[in-house]
Amino acid sequence: MQTWKIKRKLVNKSKKPWARRIIGVLMIVLTLVFASYDFPQLFWNPVMRAASLGEMIVEEKPFRLGLDLQGGTHLVYEADMSQIPDAERVAALDGVKNVIERRVNTFGVSEPVVQTISTGGTYRLVIELAGVQDVTQAINQIGKTPVLEFKEPVKEPGRDLTTEEKAQLKEKQTQDRATAKAVLDRALAGEDFDKLISENSIVPLAKSTIANVTANSAFSDYFILTNQKKLKVGQIYGSLLENEEGISIFRVESIGETKEMLLSHTLVCYEGKVQCENPIPEIEATIKIQNLKKEATPGNFAILEGVQDLGWATPDNYVEAFALAALTTPIGGISDVVESEFGFHLIYKRDERPVSAVTVKRILMPFTTEADIVPSSPWKNTALSGKQLKRSSVQFDQNNGTPNVLLEFNDEGSDLFGKLTAAHVGEPIAIFLDGGIISAPTVQQAIFGGQAVITGDFTVDEARLLAQDLNAGALPVPINLLSQQTIGPTLGAVSLAKSINAGIVGLILVGLFMIGLYRIPGLIATLALVFFAVVNLAAYRFFDVTITLAGIAGFVLSIGMAVDANVLIFERLKEELRAGRDFASALDEAFGRAWTSIRDGNTTTLIAAAVLYWFSSSFIKGFALTLAIGVIFSMFSAIMVSRVYLKNVIAWKWARKFAFFCVKKS
Amino acid sequence: MSEGTAATVRWPGGIVQELHNRNMKLHVIKNKNYWFFLSGFLVLASIILVIYPGLKYGVDFTGGSLIEIDFDQPVSVGALRQTLEDAGYKDATIQTTGEKGYLIRTQALSEDEHQLVLNATKTAHGNLIEQSFESVGPVIGDELRRTATIGIILTLVLIGLYVAWAFRKVSDPVASWKYALITMFTAFHDVIIMLGAFALFGVLFGWEVGAGIVAAALTVLGYSINDTIVVFDRTRENLLHRAAPSLSETVEMSIEQTLVRSLSTGSPTILALFAIFFFGGDSTQPFALALIIGIVVGTYSSIFLASPLLVVWEKMKKKG
Repeated sequence: MQTWKIKRKLVNKSKKPWARRIIGVLMIVLTLVFASYDFPQLFWNPVMRAASLGEMIVEEKPFRLGLDLQGGTHLVYEADMSQIPDAERVAALDGVKNVIERRVNTFGVSEPVVQTISTGGTYRLVIELAGVQDVTQAINQIGKTPVLEFKEPVKEPGRDLTTEEKAQLKEKQTQDRATAKAVLDRALAGEDFDKLISENSIVPLAKSTIANVTANSAFSDYFILTNQKKLKVGQIYGSLLENEEGISIFRVESIGETKEMLLSHTLVCYEGKVQCENPIPEIEATIKIQNLKKEATPGNFAILEGVQDLGWATPDNYVEAFALAALTTPIGGISDVVESEFGFHLIYKRDERPVSAVTVKRILMPFTTEADIVPSSPWKNTALSGKQLKRSSVQFDQNNGTPNVLLEFNDEGSDLFGKLTAAHVGEPIAIFLDGGIISAPTVQQAIFGGQAVITGDFTVDEARLLAQDLNAGALPVPINLLSQQTIGPTLGAVSLAKSINAGIVGLILVGLFMIGLYRIPGLIATLALVFFAVVNLAAYRFFDVTITLAGIAGFVLSIGMAVDANVLIFERLKEELRAGRDFASALDEAFGRAWTSIRDGNTTTLIAAAVLYWFSSSFIKGFALTLAIGVIFSMFSAIMVSRVYLKNVIAWKWARKFAFFCVKKS
Repeated sequence: MSEGTAATVRWPGGIVQELHNRNMKLHVIKNKNYWFFLSGFLVLASIILVIYPGLKYGVDFTGGSLIEIDFDQPVSVGALRQTLEDAGYKDATIQTTGEKGYLIRTQALSEDEHQLVLNATKTAHGNLIEQSFESVGPVIGDELRRTATIGIILTLVLIGLYVAWAFRKVSDPVASWKYALITMFTAFHDVIIMLGAFALFGVLFGWEVGAGIVAAALTVLGYSINDTIVVFDRTRENLLHRAAPSLSETVEMSIEQTLVRSLSTGSPTILALFAIFFFGGDSTQPFALALIIGIVVGTYSSIFLASPLLVVWEKMKKKG
């Protein structure tokens, strides 16, 4: 009897089974690698630490969270350009941005964002401040008109505080103490010390531990107090410690010993080194120090040129290069030539002894000093300000083409500037924007006539930046707050916890659904889904994607869509199996045929995501971005990853059963 | 699956599988007028709802301020309203969120006015935590309206162009631009019904339409086309293989073949969305629901609307 049968493809069992297996194992390994990259603190870093492979430890940085998840404020300003000529508006907006960026950087928020958007005749600034404490104050600061001032050098010495200022100082210090005392009480009550450091210290947590403090070290206060009060390890000092650094609250971390060294040294400094009084060329200094090295013996060291006795001190009192050299020099020996930021040194190590030392951890809080009340600025105000500056622009030197910055004053300004320059030939005149110095060029000659040029080794960008800053002060652009969105830290944390929950529940539900509906292929799709999830998170981390609430929704949605593609394939697979194909060719057929629908469906979603990204504000942009990333990776995981796994599974004979694939034999 | 009866089948896909196995036909094409009537009714009702009473737009569309606060102790709505009226905000609307929480809507507040309102509330009702504050100027609101409209139209057009391009090889007997137009029409159908539902929710629960719902609408546009394309793709394949004698039979066959698939492809996404709806917190709930409605309607329209439309269009051409 004649029958029609589907032509069977050759089972690719013979075709490189090893390659298939290796790729399968590779996918599993890759899943683990990406998971380690996403969450290094879970297992990778502990294992590496246990194996003492310090260099393999992955940085445990958190994902970058949007304002809606960590709390913060999102501000949109419109710049009023009605007073600015059309051609200069974009540059003026950049000028405003520079000014605001500088102000925002003083708020102490992590990674502030200031963006300019100029489209269709509107000029806007978008400012994002994460975790900012006082939004009102931030808004007031941002909206202030920039102040441009010209200042001359001060010749009279610093002055004493007035009675009024002394009272002010006292009041400020009382406030500082009260604030610190409140923190101390919390610390003594047993609150987490590290948390208190992160919240209150002006020094970051990583730098809050001071190791090996001795009676001679720069931080000797801590050592002395620990001894006097007989503090024990783990104990917090019960009062506040006030010194030049600020007010500190400290806890003894350990009590032990360190080395103290008795050193002499000689220093040859040269051009470009710190605090060098008689700079000589480097080559000359090299020869000089080499000669000294040849000459030096322990016997004659004390009478060599420029030798200083440094006395007993611990290594942490010295700059790093110096301390390292001193530590490696044997007792009674003379070091090789050491280069530090001060110049070349020769060190004679006369002796070494163990001394007791303590290691402390501290919360350093601000303490107002005289200098805070009366800043000892080397500059004083003049009558000249941004009001008398007409405009500034970049121009190029006609002789050598280097960029420089042109300033044009109005009549009053020309007069003031002329007098000012006449009085300060050979001295600098500084330009301040918002109280910060932006340039301090030296006056070559008196400049009358209202036009001055600042020359220097500018790159074009530097010159443009300076001109923009000057213009921001000369022609202030008023800005108006158009919209504000502020999310409190509590709400942010709740949203974060909830959306993570939703993500996990979503993954589990989808996994169960697939396993229930498709058995073995469903299990494989779930494994591919795990791959998909860790790759997505790795992409967020790698490309520094800001994760917002809507962004997590986009991710969860893409989980569903990743599996949609698998459903398409598996349905086709069932159909092909029912039609009588063998497993291998049915698999190829299913993946091949389903591809066009998957491609078309995902492309239309990508189109929607792209439009969304272009047209929307930052919160929704997060959704568009994670959705797009998800759709792209989902095609890879649904098609490549699950295919590789499935091919490996059907290579096992026991797995090739219709029941495992939810197919009824016809 | 063992030699099963319908009773042992646990999964929704499985039930449809049973229908399929027992050769039970849906006769989508034969019964197309019922489906046209249902869709027509839903679309018409939605359009009416969107026009009147209309969508309840959120502050990001209309401009205005939204303050979310939690008091330390319970405060009555009346007392809070009185405080706001005294501060000069007669038009403020107040909504409770939880036991001690309130949402207050006012006209757009400047930062100074915002602080004034907060301080007045604090003085009158004791300590409170401001969970969030949003203030949108009318300019931004107008812009969002404009960009949302442009965005939806642009997405529709781009998707239409893409479908026309993707189906370019099957021009016989149905031209590829017809697939494109029908896809665009069903996508529009899905989105308008979703918006109609939100107009209804606005009346029933006071839900608002904000930027999130616009995002959901655009996503539905992109996504709901998935299913339509699956059916059309099968139709395209069957047409190429000349699997059935007439177009309407080919289409009916394609629907039958892809039915299980159409129903089960949406399910994982809807499951994921249910997870967001139930566990993702209040602020993403409307967004998740919008997507769920959009996807359910999208699945329906791909089976019962898109394919019959294709057949009807072709018949009209032959008559004309």
